[in-house]
Amino acid sequence: MSGFSFQIDGVEVTAKPGQTIMEAADEVGIYIPRLCDHEGLRHQGGCRVCTVKAGGRSVAACTQPAAPDLVVENETPHINKLRRDLVGMLFNEGNHLCPICEASGNCELQAMAYRLGMTEPTKFPYLEPCRPVDASHPDIALDNNRCISCGRCVRASQDVDGKGIFGYVGRGIHRHIAANGPDLRHTDAEVTDFAISAEVCPVGCIIRKREGFARPIGERDYDDHLIGYDIEKKRDE
Amino acid sequence: MSDLPKARIATASLAGCFGCHMALLDIDERLIELMKLVEFDRSPLTDIKRFTRRCDIGIIEGGCCNEENVHVLQDFRRNCDILVGIGQCAIMGGLPAMRNAIMHSDEPLRECLEEAYIKGPFTQNKTQIIPNDPALPLLLDKVYPCSEVVEIDYQIPGCAPTGDVIYEALAGLLSGRFQGFEREHIRFD
Ligand code: SF4
Ligand code: SF4
Ligand code: SF4
Ligand code: FES
Repeated sequence: MSGFSFQIDGVEVTAKPGQTIMEAADEVGIYIPRLCDHEGLRHQGGCRVCTVKAGGRSVAACTQPAAPDLVVENETPHINKLRRDLVGMLFNEGNHLCPICEASGNCELQAMAYRLGMTEPTKFPYLEPCRPVDASHPDIALDNNRCISCGRCVRASQDVDGKGIFGYVGRGIHRHIAANGPDLRHTDAEVTDFAISAEVCPVGCIIRKREGFARPIGERDYDDHLIGYDIEKKRDE
Repeated sequence: MSDLPKARIATASLAGCFGCHMALLDIDERLIELMKLVEFDRSPLTDIKRFTRRCDIGIIEGGCCNEENVHVLQDFRRNCDILVGIGQCAIMGGLPAMRNAIMHSDEPLRECLEEAYIKGPFTQNKTQIIPNDPALPLLLDKVYPCSEVVEIDYQIPGCAPTGDVIYEALAGLLSGRFQGFEREHIRFD
C-alpha cells in the first residue's frame, strides 16, 4: 500500500503506511499536543495529552496508526478542555512550584499549560505528595516532586544509552520513576547520557548540576513561542 | 465616561510577598486610563482596613497560611461581586506552600518552625521557644490556595504577573468582556 490521505480538522493530510496520526500530522505542520512522546524514542502512549477523536473515538495520536479516509478532530474546544484537565491533574499530582523551578521557561508541562490556557481555579485538590530529592550523584540531581512519570528517561536510557538506569516502581497512584540502584550515585548514570540531556526530561526532574538558570528570562525556550511552534511553522513554509 | 459611577476595587495581600501589588504598577501609563474608571476601597494602597461598602472587584494576593488570612478572604468573598486571585501564591500557594510537602516530614509545619526558631544553623533564639503570643494569628496546618477556601472567579497567573496580563484582566473585567488571556501572555513565573 502506498501513501494515502486522511483528514485532521478538515485539512487533507497524506500519510505513509505504518505512520501514526501524530507522525503524519508533524510532517505537514499540524501540532498535536504531547508530553510522553518524543522524537527518537519509542512511543509509549501514556500521558494521553495527544488524545484526538478519530472516527468519533478518543485515541492517542502518538500510537494510533493513520488510516485511509480517517476523520480526525484535534483542536476542538472539547478536546482541548480534556487536555487542559489532564495537564492540570499533572500539576495537582506533583509539587510544581514554577516560580522557583529551574526548568521554568523551558518546561514542556508548563508550556503545555500555557498553550491550553490553564488559568482557571483548580477543580481538583493539590495532592502535595512527599517525594524525595536524590542529589547523590556529583553531576546530576533528581527532583521527583516534578516528575510526571512520562517514561521518556526510561526509554532513553534503555533504548538509546543501553543502560536501563530508570524504571517504574509501585502501582496505581504510587507508581513512580526510580533509579536502578539505592540512589543515582550507585548507578552508571553519566551526565553525558542521552537520558540525562535537556531534551529528554520534559520537566525539571532530571537536573544537570551547575547549569540551572543559565538562560535568563526572555531567552528561554517558551518565552517567545508557544510549544508546538517549531512544528506549526512548517505549515507556513 | 466621567458620568458613570466608578468601579470600586478592594485588594488584600495574604500569604504573599507584596510583589503582586507592586506588579500593578507594571501596567505603566495604562494605569492612568484605568484610574479614571476605578476607585479603591479597602486596600493596603489606601490603608483602609474595613470595607466601607460593597465592591465590584476584589483582588487577592497570596494564599492562606493563617486563620486571619482565611477571615480576610471570606470577608472579601462576602463583600465583592467578582473575586480575583492574583499571582501563583493565591492560585496554588506559591512559595509559602513550600512548607507543605517539601520538608519530607509527617509534620511539615512543626519541622518548618523548629528549623526557623530552634534548630537552624544561623538561629539565635536564647529562649528556644517558638513564638506563640496570642496576638499572633494561628498558623494553618498548611498553606492553602485561595480557591480551596472560597470560590474564586478569575485568576491572574504569574509570579509576579506581568503588566500585560494584569491589564488584560482588569480592562476586560471592567468592561464586562473578559474572555481569558492571550495564550502568549500566560506565565507561571
Ligand atoms: S517542572 Fe515545569 S511545571 Fe513543574 S514546577 Fe518546574 S517549570 Fe513548573
Ligand atoms: S524523570 Fe523526567 S523524563 Fe523521567 S519520567 Fe519523570 S518527568 Fe519523565
Ligand atoms: S505570586 Fe510571586 S510576586 Fe506574587 S505574592 Fe507570591 S511570591 Fe510575591
Ligand atoms: S503523547 Fe501520546 S499518550 Fe503521551
